[in-house]
Amino acid sequence: MYGKRGPAFWCLAAFFALFVLFLYGPTLTILVLSFQGPSGGLTFPMNGVSVHWFRNLFEKQMVGDFAGAFQRSMILGGAVMLVTVVASFSAGLAFRTRFRGSGILFYLAIASLIVPSILVSLGIGLLFRVLGWDPAWYSSAFGAHLTWTLPFGLLIMFAVFNRFDRRYEEAARDLGASPWQTLRHVVIPILLPSLIGVGLFGFTLSYDEFSRSLYTSGSFNTLPLEIYGMTTNVTTPVLYALGTVTTAVSFLVIGVALASVVWLRRRRERHGSDAGRAA
Amino acid sequence: MKRVSAWITYLQVAPLALIFLLFLVVPIATIVVVSFFDYDTTRIIPAFLLQNYEELLLSPVTWRTYLQTIEFAAITWCLTLGIGFVVAYFLAFHVRSATWQTVLFLVCTIPFWTSNVIRMISWIPFLGRHGLANTTLIKLGLIKEPLEFLLFSDFAVVLAYVHLYTLFMVVPIFNSMMRIDRSLLEAARDAGASGWQTLWNVVVPLCKPGIAIGSIFVVTIVMGDFVTVRLMSGGQSASVGLMMMNAMSLLQYPAAAANAVILLLLVLFTVAAMMRLVDIRKEL
Repeated sequence: MYGKRGPAFWCLAAFFALFVLFLYGPTLTILVLSFQGPSGGLTFPMNGVSVHWFRNLFEKQMVGDFAGAFQRSMILGGAVMLVTVVASFSAGLAFRTRFRGSGILFYLAIASLIVPSILVSLGIGLLFRVLGWDPAWYSSAFGAHLTWTLPFGLLIMFAVFNRFDRRYEEAARDLGASPWQTLRHVVIPILLPSLIGVGLFGFTLSYDEFSRSLYTSGSFNTLPLEIYGMTTNVTTPVLYALGTVTTAVSFLVIGVALASVVWLRRRRERHGSDAGRAA
Repeated sequence: MKRVSAWITYLQVAPLALIFLLFLVVPIATIVVVSFFDYDTTRIIPAFLLQNYEELLLSPVTWRTYLQTIEFAAITWCLTLGIGFVVAYFLAFHVRSATWQTVLFLVCTIPFWTSNVIRMISWIPFLGRHGLANTTLIKLGLIKEPLEFLLFSDFAVVLAYVHLYTLFMVVPIFNSMMRIDRSLLEAARDAGASGWQTLWNVVVPLCKPGIAIGSIFVVTIVMGDFVTVRLMSGGQSASVGLMMMNAMSLLQYPAAAANAVILLLLVLFTVAAMMRLVDIRKEL
């Protein structure tokens, strides 16, 4: 295992490299093509290089309501992120002890993952119709997205609490901390990197969600719905410009989340844990 | 004191429980109820009819569509499992530094956090009639006419599925592999097992939980999919999800609901079969 690298390693490494190329290649292609010149088409060759299609994207009448959809998706993603973090963290705390209904709730979370998205979308849409309510991105779509992000959040919190040393809490209690102080100054600081991870899931999964938004977002589109609409009636590289901008936002969010986790780790290594250093 | 802490526990799970109740349990119940309703061209009428199910199950189109959806799921499952296993195996057993392992693992997972619709669109410049694949093949002299089956075909649908969902296999299988005690592999070698024998008799059995979790994800997602089929087949292939969507656009809500109930039963049945292989709660 620790000897010289044999042919098996190089075969697998080549396979892995191909897989990564397969994952990222198409995205890189549309990144390049979104800088297509004004007379360029949907495929290569490039007819010059310009930011024409990006400018085109922000002109409202040309491609529907990109700015509005973008704004809605950002707000929705932020709200879903907050609720996902708070609800999964608090449920994770509760699941450390057995309580009546814990089994059912666990299986509900699993069910929420495996029930096809379109059924959740359809169900919420139908429910609102039967009740005579209007679906909207901030009500029905918000709930629909949570059914997708919360199971991930909860499962991550399970994994995290399984590895969490309860003696930290006991030590805090022995030193006279109230339950709230223990939570605020011990548990949360220790788990912060994982909570950021849960937040990342919450935001990005909501920001990119299509199926669960379809029958739940009402008369104003979220960004993925807007993009989907464009795929059927836009035949210019403005589609790629939209793809580039959206992906850039996703990467920015992922980058910020990962960077802050790394930063927290580094700081912890330098100072030791600052848990318990009450403000 | 004990009663107080019990209350706190319930308060802590209340938000989660409430959201699942309102946005999962009640909506699914609504689907089941509406699937028995009557409808005409403009509204749905409360009733208790089996007609929606009858029409659905007696139509050959339904059976063809379900068969095609199951076929997509099976093909995608095979491909993602094969590719996912090899990728996870490389990461877990051949990458030696922990930092590199984390970095490469992240490289595999980052696309999960970006938009699926855009990742599908990004195949257009590759697969189109004048796309990269065709122009390259023509330049190399391998073909004379552009290949038509690349984009807007079953091939494109499966390609997109593999592209989008392989990481659902990679992550849980990698997780299982990282838990394998490395001394087991040494023991196998000391006992005279060849590389393949170790892989097949030690690694694969110990990866079963990861394989099961990955399979559940991939199979359920593909069975409920309609976006990929719609976008990548250009409307030429069918899926159960797409069938429901068509019924919805014709305002035939009860028909869509009946179809949804059947799909749900099929998915739950499949998952129950796979769950027998794994206790998910132990895997966290």
